[in-house]
Amino acid sequence: MAITEKLSQEFELGFTYTRSTGPVVGRFLTGLRDSRVLGIRGSDGRVLVPPPEYDPATAAALSDWVEVGQEGTVVSWCWVSEPRASHPLQQPFAWVMVRLDGADVPMIHCLQASSAEAVSTGGRVRVAWVAEPRGHITDIRCFVPVPGGAS
Amino acid sequence: MREIAVVAFSQSACVADIGAVNEVELIMPQLQAVYAQVGLNSAQDVDFVCSGSCDYLQGAAFAFVAGVDALGAVPPLKESHVEMDAAWALYEAVLKIRTGHADSALLYGFGKSSPGELPAVLSQRLDPYYLAPLWLDTVSLAALQARMLLDSGSITESDMAAVVSRSRQNAQANPLAQLAGDVGVAALLQDDYLLAPLRRGDCAPVSDGAAAMIIATVEQARRWGVPYVRLTGIDQRIESHNPCMRDLTDSVSTRQAAAAAGVHEAALDVAEIYAPFSHQEIILTRALGLDEATVVNPSGGVLAGNLMMASGLARVGEVFQRIVNGDARRGVAHATSGPCLQHNLVAVLEGA
Repeated sequence: MAITEKLSQEFELGFTYTRSTGPVVGRFLTGLRDSRVLGIRGSDGRVLVPPPEYDPATAAALSDWVEVGQEGTVVSWCWVSEPRASHPLQQPFAWVMVRLDGADVPMIHCLQASSAEAVSTGGRVRVAWVAEPRGHITDIRCFVPVPGGAS
Repeated sequence: MREIAVVAFSQSACVADIGAVNEVELIMPQLQAVYAQVGLNSAQDVDFVCSGSCDYLQGAAFAFVAGVDALGAVPPLKESHVEMDAAWALYEAVLKIRTGHADSALLYGFGKSSPGELPAVLSQRLDPYYLAPLWLDTVSLAALQARMLLDSGSITESDMAAVVSRSRQNAQANPLAQLAGDVGVAALLQDDYLLAPLRRGDCAPVSDGAAAMIIATVEQARRWGVPYVRLTGIDQRIESHNPCMRDLTDSVSTRQAAAAAGVHEAALDVAEIYAPFSHQEIILTRALGLDEATVVNPSGGVLAGNLMMASGLARVGEVFQRIVNGDARRGVAHATSGPCLQHNLVAVLEGA
């Protein structure tokens, strides 16, 4: 007898306990709640956004905070023509690596754009916030192109 | 230092959706195959057993424990697991043997990726605060990496298509491959983008399956009286989990692992590289310092079929089989783990 039926069950993925995000991740997320983007300076002087707790090269604890700009430059991008149900935007969008002004390392988030033709490496984008930030990376609703920004 | 011998390897076919077959049923035929190659009865005949798998694929903590059922009613005395590709189970077993805690080891890796949405599932292995909440999937991450290579001018989309074309052609000689055929660069470039700049062919398919291997000291291999291949070097290096902190157009950790494993101490006839995306094969070929003298991915590589958590071990197995069969004398196997080639393992195999 061929066994073809697959069993399935609802499952919610998540922490089943409360945990602190700590002094570095927590401060960054609290910054987002206040519509500010905070970075941290690494041992080599580079400003890292989002901030790691420990230096990637020396493993030293980091604490030299730097607020960075909310506009930045696209370092790389890709075009999602068919968003997954889990993706943050449900219309076709771009994932972008953005180096925010004042930061030395890019961060990855989504970019709302009309089409792939509207996105380019070197293009200028800015943060668009959600209406009610709550201290979460998704407080940044997405990036949006800066009107007239070089691209 | 005790010399290591690879003595047996088996891999299942790469199947897009194996249906209701469970993980134990995927593993058992491969275990039986490697026992038969050596003349062993069961896992009781080796000193150490180590497996590689990913609980995220099954969606349950400690799901890997169920895989131990494939070893039979009596569990092994010395058993371990890595939440990684089984190439890292091989690494653990090599340490176990080199330090004198075992003379032989059985390794297996398995992955049933079809029930979930694999790229989205793997996004949950990213850091839990900055990236995982965005459900940034593996295909998108690889596309960001490919764009950087294309922008830098170090590769073209034709170069990527050439990797896919060669994979499909080589896979025609591999009965275990999922995707094989005679398809040229021009035809591949006419496909629509899946996730620009990646086309579907640039991405490894989702596959179900398993692989197993037996290794031992060279002395034990001789006692067993089976053909063996010497594993003369193995090393693994990891980079930052944050892809933005790395040079994504290179693989520094692969370069470091290759140097430490002694890749360039003699000529290489064959290389099996774990590159789930076409542009990554180009990065890795360069990082491994390979030239035309080395045949790359004669099996078709993972673009022809990608067994999550077993493909890395299978790269070692492919090189082992080619040396045992007399098609090659010395080869390199590579395994990767994590987003955009975060973590890399390099092994060197030589004929006895």
